[in-house]
Amino acid sequence: MQIFGRTKDNLWTLIAAPVIWGIHFLFSYFLAAFRCAPNADIFESIGSTRVAIGFVTLVSLCLIALVIRRAWHEWLTGGGGFRNDQDTPEGRESFLEFSTLLLAGLSFAAVVFETMPILVIGDCR
Amino acid sequence: MKKFRTSRTFPAIFALSACEGPQSAFDAAGAEAARVLTLFWVMLIGAVAIWAVVVAIGYYATKTRPGQHSEKAGLRLIIWGGCVFPTVVLAMLLFWGLRMMPDLRPPGDGPTIAVSGERFWWRVAYGVEGEPGVVRNLPIGGVPSANEIWIPLGKRTEILLGSPDVIHSFWVPPLAGKMDAIPGRVNRLILEPTEVGVFNGACAEFCGTAHAQMGFRVVVVPETEFTEYVRAQAQPAAVPESEGLDLFIRNGCAACHAIRGTPPDGVVGPDLTHLASRRTIGAGIVPTTVENIADFVASPDHFKPGIEMPAFGMLPKDEIAQIAAWLGSLE
Repeated sequence: MQIFGRTKDNLWTLIAAPVIWGIHFLFSYFLAAFRCAPNADIFESIGSTRVAIGFVTLVSLCLIALVIRRAWHEWLTGGGGFRNDQDTPEGRESFLEFSTLLLAGLSFAAVVFETMPILVIGDCR
Repeated sequence: MKKFRTSRTFPAIFALSACEGPQSAFDAAGAEAARVLTLFWVMLIGAVAIWAVVVAIGYYATKTRPGQHSEKAGLRLIIWGGCVFPTVVLAMLLFWGLRMMPDLRPPGDGPTIAVSGERFWWRVAYGVEGEPGVVRNLPIGGVPSANEIWIPLGKRTEILLGSPDVIHSFWVPPLAGKMDAIPGRVNRLILEPTEVGVFNGACAEFCGTAHAQMGFRVVVVPETEFTEYVRAQAQPAAVPESEGLDLFIRNGCAACHAIRGTPPDGVVGPDLTHLASRRTIGAGIVPTTVENIADFVASPDHFKPGIEMPAFGMLPKDEIAQIAAWLGSLE
């Protein structure tokens, strides 16, 4: 992954997208629980909660898209191969780039799924 | 040949017979249960279709065209069949399922009934005023009853659920999904029956030794009949003259049970004011007959292991019979 002009992938760049997914999940879960767990005023609108989750979702998706874009670019630049079974720096780099790409795609879909409830549920029922 | 047919027919009959009855989620008689059933069938059909496609691909890869495929074909299969297809299908199912949720809990337009899950029976109170919430108990008051809940047809009855001991779960499969009864919390469930009838309910959260014997009945009737029923339940017991009441008091039953209109006013166990009007005793365990009442009084632990009610089998049989006969006349 290209960071500050250098091309170097490691385990931290690999888990960047799942970490964003995890933070988004915790934020959405805790905010919704904080608002609805009291089980009172269940017909009252939770518009502000939905807006807050929506905003964090947009930020999360943009960050994950950035990870996808960089991983995709680096992976294609390195040849774009699927077989990275050679114990070489190039093979390791390509493996990490492709794995980052797949994990980021999964994280993107997961964040979209997590956000779907705020599109259709407007109160704490 | 005949044996072959029989071997196929009987399992089919048994399988289908489980789809009907007063405790079957496949025999929906309520608005929420009908939606849950639709959801189930759509999910099932989708799952079967996906399973069939996977098996077909497996067959194709091992029987129809075994051997190596091109990397391009394999990649295409993984991307479209393994990534795009499940993501799109799951997104559609999730969105559709979520769309159902708000409609399952609309405001009630019928009576409000408090139901308390207690080890191992259900305390019922008609006509209460209260709201769901945490750090609170069920509203007090209302017309007390136990283990049998009458609700009006076509109305959205609001059930307020709570518990004084452990977590229970209130479930009437033909009418709606289940909802937990949690100590220190009041939960809300809407029952909107679409058919008259008598339906079985059960505790759906393990709560102790007699969890499996913690049932109840839900009786759906037209609204006028419901109103008349609650009015009758609110009346004190029409106590027939009998030795039964004296024996009931003398042997300590009044410490736990109330019979309105008489001295017994215990609140530990079920209110027995109109015991004989209920279909079952022991929380949906056995039909309400004088014989069953006598057996229950003599040995409640036999019916429900772990029940708090002590056994009265040491009493003379004729005394138990008199108590049972008297209780059996309280309509």
